[in-house]
Amino acid sequence: MITTIGAIVRGDREVFPPYLYDAYRSTIKRSPRLPLVDVPLTLSERTGPGPAISAITPEDADLTRNAGTGGEAIGQRIIVTGRVLDERGAPVPHTLLEIWQANAAGRYVHRADQWPGPLDPNFLGIGRCLSDADGFYRFLSIRPGAYPWKNHPNAWRPAHIHFSLLGPSWVSRLVTQLYFPDDPLHALDPIFNAVPAPARPRLIARYDHSVTEPEWALGWRWDIVLRGPDATPFEAPQSSQTSQTSQVSQAAATTAKEGAQ
Amino acid sequence: MSATTPTATTAPITPGIAPSQTVGPFFLNCLLREDARRNVLVQPVTAGQRIRIEGRVLDGDGEPVLDALIEIWQADAAGRYHHPADTSAGTRAATPPDPAFIGFGRSGMDENGAYWFDTIRPGAVPFDAAPADQSGRMQAPHICVMVFARGLLNSLATRLYFADDPANDADPVLALVPAARRETLLARRVSSDGSGAVYRFDIILQGAGETVFFNF
Ligand SMILES: [Fe+2]
Repeated sequence: MITTIGAIVRGDREVFPPYLYDAYRSTIKRSPRLPLVDVPLTLSERTGPGPAISAITPEDADLTRNAGTGGEAIGQRIIVTGRVLDERGAPVPHTLLEIWQANAAGRYVHRADQWPGPLDPNFLGIGRCLSDADGFYRFLSIRPGAYPWKNHPNAWRPAHIHFSLLGPSWVSRLVTQLYFPDDPLHALDPIFNAVPAPARPRLIARYDHSVTEPEWALGWRWDIVLRGPDATPFEAPQSSQTSQTSQVSQAAATTAKEGAQ
Repeated sequence: MSATTPTATTAPITPGIAPSQTVGPFFLNCLLREDARRNVLVQPVTAGQRIRIEGRVLDGDGEPVLDALIEIWQADAAGRYHHPADTSAGTRAATPPDPAFIGFGRSGMDENGAYWFDTIRPGAVPFDAAPADQSGRMQAPHICVMVFARGLLNSLATRLYFADDPANDADPVLALVPAARRETLLARRVSSDGSGAVYRFDIILQGAGETVFFNF
């Protein structure tokens, strides 16, 4: 598959996808074309909203039952659990995780999802929880199905769960997707492949039999590492060697980067 | 099963920073459910000048992006962030953060294709740039803005400044923006109703008048 990969990336370009990745058609008219402006992390980016939502109930993390119908969602029950960590491996406690996913047949509860996959009246496909004091989170759900989309002929998204995390600061804000191992659709999915190859495995949960509960649910583990407020600004390598980053050197790095783009 | 004692071989493996992925088209019921969207940041007792921020997100054809999600983060009227990292150096130490103001907003697009927030005009905040900035410089009042949408593989980060604020001239972040593009970061006062000023801040993803987006 030949695709145009844009040079404009926010964050580490060996980890984060570019804004323009034209195999994913929606990027073509929505990606910026002018260079990003490099800025240091100021107090505004090193602070952030905290949990922000006060009333989360335990039922919010149980997608098999939180539709409020009294019935249970149909599908293979899964436990998705792991830790939210910062770049040094320290836990990120009490942070908000919000997830959404298709049902076992690959259908979302959304007016824009109209393909003829069956809806499940007992499944809304939304959940949320806070990480605990050690950074652990845990959801009970059902394994989502793959679903078709109109990006290209016979396009199918691999099974995935959307994750949104606030983290400890504005710089740590992340929206991403969890995938499952050994899915033949990975190789065909431009959204997954927009991530640089070495970083793609970070989006794949691993089966963990110690999480699996007998005669109940299969266990999947996925740790999520967020950028922290102490992150080194993404500059030319030589400037990241210096401990003092003056405004002048920031500006010089910006110019060099613009030249490269 | 008895627990085994952790050893060096079971030390946690940090998998590396998680890459971003697009928010896609189906986030509505989750991220914008009634108690997850936050268009109104103020309570009756919140201190500060009430303002409304509104605008549209436009794509490279000038078409409104109807499935975008906007989040904002800002200081309170005294320039304090509701966050432990704001240790309030200097004279601001006397002013604790307003307990009636978190400073986080989240909006989808309404029937007119616009986002909106009812908030307060933030105060100036320290530059305090990482790793260490002892200059004591201040930043002009601003609101951090993040844009999510189908087709955005990573969120876009920008800032809203107030076009009528003379402090913009000395703002150390605006100073890093090419002069000809600074106006894309300026919200303009469009009207004033009984409750406060209305500022317009359109976000142009691509093309003529493209908004300045940041890398940090
Ligand atoms: Fe999806």
